[in-house]
Amino acid sequence: MTTPLLDVRGLSAQYGPTQVLHGIDFGIAAGGITTILGANGAGKTTLLRAVCKMIRSAGEVRLEGQRIDGCTTEAIVRQGVAHVPDGRGTFMNLSVEENLRLGAHTRRDRAEVAGDFERMYAHFPRLKERRRQQAGTLSGGEQQMLAVSRALMLRPRLLLLDEPSFGLAPRIVQHLFEILREIHVRERIGMLLVEQNASLALQLADHAYLLETGRVVMSGPAETIRSDEKVRRSYLGY
Amino acid sequence: MNLLLHQILAGLATGGIYASVALALVMIYQATHLVNFAQGELAMFSTYIAWALIQAGVPYWGAFALTVVFAFVLGVVIERVIIRPVEDAPILAIVIVFIALLVIFNSLAGWIFSYTIKPFPSPFPEQPLFGNSYVSSHELGSTAITLIVLFLLFGFFRFTPLGLAMRAAAQNPVSSRLVGIRVGWMLALGWGLASAIGAIAGMMVAPTVFLEPNMMGGILLYAFAGALLGGIDSPGGAVVGGFVVGVLENVVGAYVGTELKLTVALVVIIGVLVVRPAGMFGQVHVSRV
Repeated sequence: MTTPLLDVRGLSAQYGPTQVLHGIDFGIAAGGITTILGANGAGKTTLLRAVCKMIRSAGEVRLEGQRIDGCTTEAIVRQGVAHVPDGRGTFMNLSVEENLRLGAHTRRDRAEVAGDFERMYAHFPRLKERRRQQAGTLSGGEQQMLAVSRALMLRPRLLLLDEPSFGLAPRIVQHLFEILREIHVRERIGMLLVEQNASLALQLADHAYLLETGRVVMSGPAETIRSDEKVRRSYLGY
Repeated sequence: MNLLLHQILAGLATGGIYASVALALVMIYQATHLVNFAQGELAMFSTYIAWALIQAGVPYWGAFALTVVFAFVLGVVIERVIIRPVEDAPILAIVIVFIALLVIFNSLAGWIFSYTIKPFPSPFPEQPLFGNSYVSSHELGSTAITLIVLFLLFGFFRFTPLGLAMRAAAQNPVSSRLVGIRVGWMLALGWGLASAIGAIAGMMVAPTVFLEPNMMGGILLYAFAGALLGGIDSPGGAVVGGFVVGVLENVVGAYVGTELKLTVALVVIIGVLVVRPAGMFGQVHVSRV
């Protein structure tokens, strides 16, 4: 059996006195996509933040077998974990191009980075048109594209996605998910996807976990979860 | 007419000093959203180091370079050791730390070097350059040094990966960590650079105002006026603001009276805060409620 890309055991986190995550176990297979589903306030964003130590958390986190839960956020990023954060994390006063350049901040392979710029511009021609513009002037959708591109500029092993569909027009969401699928197939980047749009997430992911008030209440292959009666009624809405 | 021209040129020379210190203030402001009141005293203390080195027989430019390095290290150490632990403290606590630093360095300089006023050498010849009668060669030389420093800094922040990372870390620390930037070190580096700029400004102004522990007091006020005028969150604006305040101060001093020189700074500060709080080039912050 191959080592899983990400293996998380007993992950707990709290904001002040309020415990948000209660000892969660989950994983991502090598080259797999796992999605975390749940309603508002279930702890999805907190879970992503806990994995890359943006907040204090307890529990074991292994990236390809290596413990990373003792590392700082910067160190975890340097090991190839990119994060498309909640709220997109745009560097508002910098240009689109500078935002992308920052995504590749830890890389030293200049020629390859130059190639990756072109690839991102090919995925999202809007970003190329606006590359000299201040990122703060972009629309919400464009900023989301920028956030995904910025994360990909790291050439990550693992991509953490916090509601990439948020605030995007349905057509753009489709396009974004096609690109994510394409990148996943071509480069075998593992992904941890947090989404409100459950049907979309379950199409892309191979594995799913259902989160309710900080606990995993159901997990399994995406297929199984999708056909579950309760999930269908509460999250897929038919 | 000649008098006016002379006053403007002399104003540009002092304006360059204000512009440098204003830039140092803005650099710290962008990262911490606070004005470092100790900026001037750090510059003054570094200038004393330069003076001590020159007294010990080090040639001027050698002492200059060593002082810049000293000031840089001093800035980095202060950020790491003193500022970092209070980073998340309430604003008032940090302001108190800044004021404490001001007092500490002021008394330290007085204690080590005494409060007697000392002459400080200028690296530039006494005769005016190019046979002109408008500006002394020190004024011309120090303006040139200031401009070189400002251009180097501009290039550094605009065109180097490290400069970009520093700007990013100051603007958005959370996202910066998420792309692998070591935010803590970037802020320390910012302090180092600000302190080094201040040291250069101190060495350039000391021959005119003479070296003593309180020499940067007024200059910090003018620099603050310049930074506010240009926009406290705009490095380019702070530089322009510094030059404008320098010229204004000199012209008012010559035509209205020297007594009103310092008043100019205060009028500018209050005027800007009342009329346009964001300054000439600053961003107006609008928040949705």
